[in-house]
Amino acid sequence: MLLNELAIEQVAEITAVKARGRQRRRLLDLGFIPGTKIKALRKSPLGEPVAYLVKGTVLALRKEEAELIEIRRLENE
Amino acid sequence: MNKSAESIALNLIRRNFNIKNDDNKPLIALAGNPNTGKSTIFNGLTGLRQHTGNWPGKTVNRAEGYYRYKGREFLLIDLPGTYSLLANSTEELIARDFICFARPDITLVVADATNLERNLNLALQVLELSTNTVLVMNLMDEAERKGIKIDVKKLESCLQIPVIPAVARDGKGLEEIKKTCYRIIREGIKFKGIQMSYSREIEEKIAGLIPVLQRNLTFLEDKINWRWLALRLLEGDKTILYSISTYFPVYREAVNIIQKGDVQLDGVN
Repeated sequence: MLLNELAIEQVAEITAVKARGRQRRRLLDLGFIPGTKIKALRKSPLGEPVAYLVKGTVLALRKEEAELIEIRRLENE
Repeated sequence: MNKSAESIALNLIRRNFNIKNDDNKPLIALAGNPNTGKSTIFNGLTGLRQHTGNWPGKTVNRAEGYYRYKGREFLLIDLPGTYSLLANSTEELIARDFICFARPDITLVVADATNLERNLNLALQVLELSTNTVLVMNLMDEAERKGIKIDVKKLESCLQIPVIPAVARDGKGLEEIKKTCYRIIREGIKFKGIQMSYSREIEEKIAGLIPVLQRNLTFLEDKINWRWLALRLLEGDKTILYSISTYFPVYREAVNIIQKGDVQLDGVN
C-alpha cells in the first residue's frame, strides 16, 4: 500500500521509501523513515497536498511524493 | 597566513553575510528546527540589543544581536529554522553556507526536547560540518509534562559536545548557555563531536576524493571540512561548488574546472 492511498484519520507504518537520490534524502530528513508511524490528518480542497502527522510534526506531501512511500496500515488506537 | 591576516580574510567572507565584526566579537550562530524556541532563546540572550532585516539578496528574515557576559561581547546570529542542512530550500542554503563559510566560533543547535528523534537529525548534520557545537535542549518543561525523561549526561557523552537543558520561555538555561560559550571562547575549547561513519564503500570513496579535492582547491586550506565537502559531492549536491565560487570569487576558475568535470572525481556523477 502507498501513502497516497491512506484515508484521512487512518494510521500506518512506513515500510519503505522508494525515492532515490536527493529526493530520498529530503523525505528522510523530514522524518519519513521506515519504521515510523504516520497518520493522515486532512486533505486540501483540491485533494492534495495531504497533511500527515509524522514524528510529532505536521507535514504536507503532494500525491507524487506520497506515492514514493510504502506503508502498512495499522489499526487506529 | 598569520593570525591577523587570517581573521581579516574571515571577516571579509563574513561580510558576504552582512556581518560587520571589526572588533572581532566571538560569533555565535543559532540553528534549529522550526518551532523549537530558537527565537525565544535569541531574544532572551540579546534582549533589545538586536536588529532584524533580510539575508543579503534573499527574502528570508534575519536577526542579529549581541549580549555581554563577564565584560565580553558576543555576536549572535539567528539562522532560519530548518529540518536539514542539505540546501533543498533557500533557508537551508543560508543556514548551511553560514556555518560552512562564515564559520561561527560556536553553533548553538536548539532542539525540542519533546521531539528528540526529529531534532537530532539536524544536530548530527551540524556536527558533521562543525564540531564547535553546543546542543540546547529546549522545552524541557513540556517534555516533563509528557513524561519524557532526558538523560542529559548520557546525551553529552554520546554526542561528545555540551548539552544544556533549557526552558527558554522562563529564561531557564540562558545563564548556562552564556557561561558555556564564555568558557569555550576563553579557553579555546574544541570538542570532538560524534562523527557519522558510513558503509565501507562510501568511506572508501570519501578517502579517495579528499586528496583530489585538496589538490584542486588548495586555497580552501583549513577553511573547509574536506570530509563534509566530499560527502556533499558524492551525494550529487552541486550547490556547494556554486557556494564556494561565491565566497571565494578569486578562485572561481579552480571551481569551474571541477564543475565542468575536467578533474576526474571517482564516484561523483
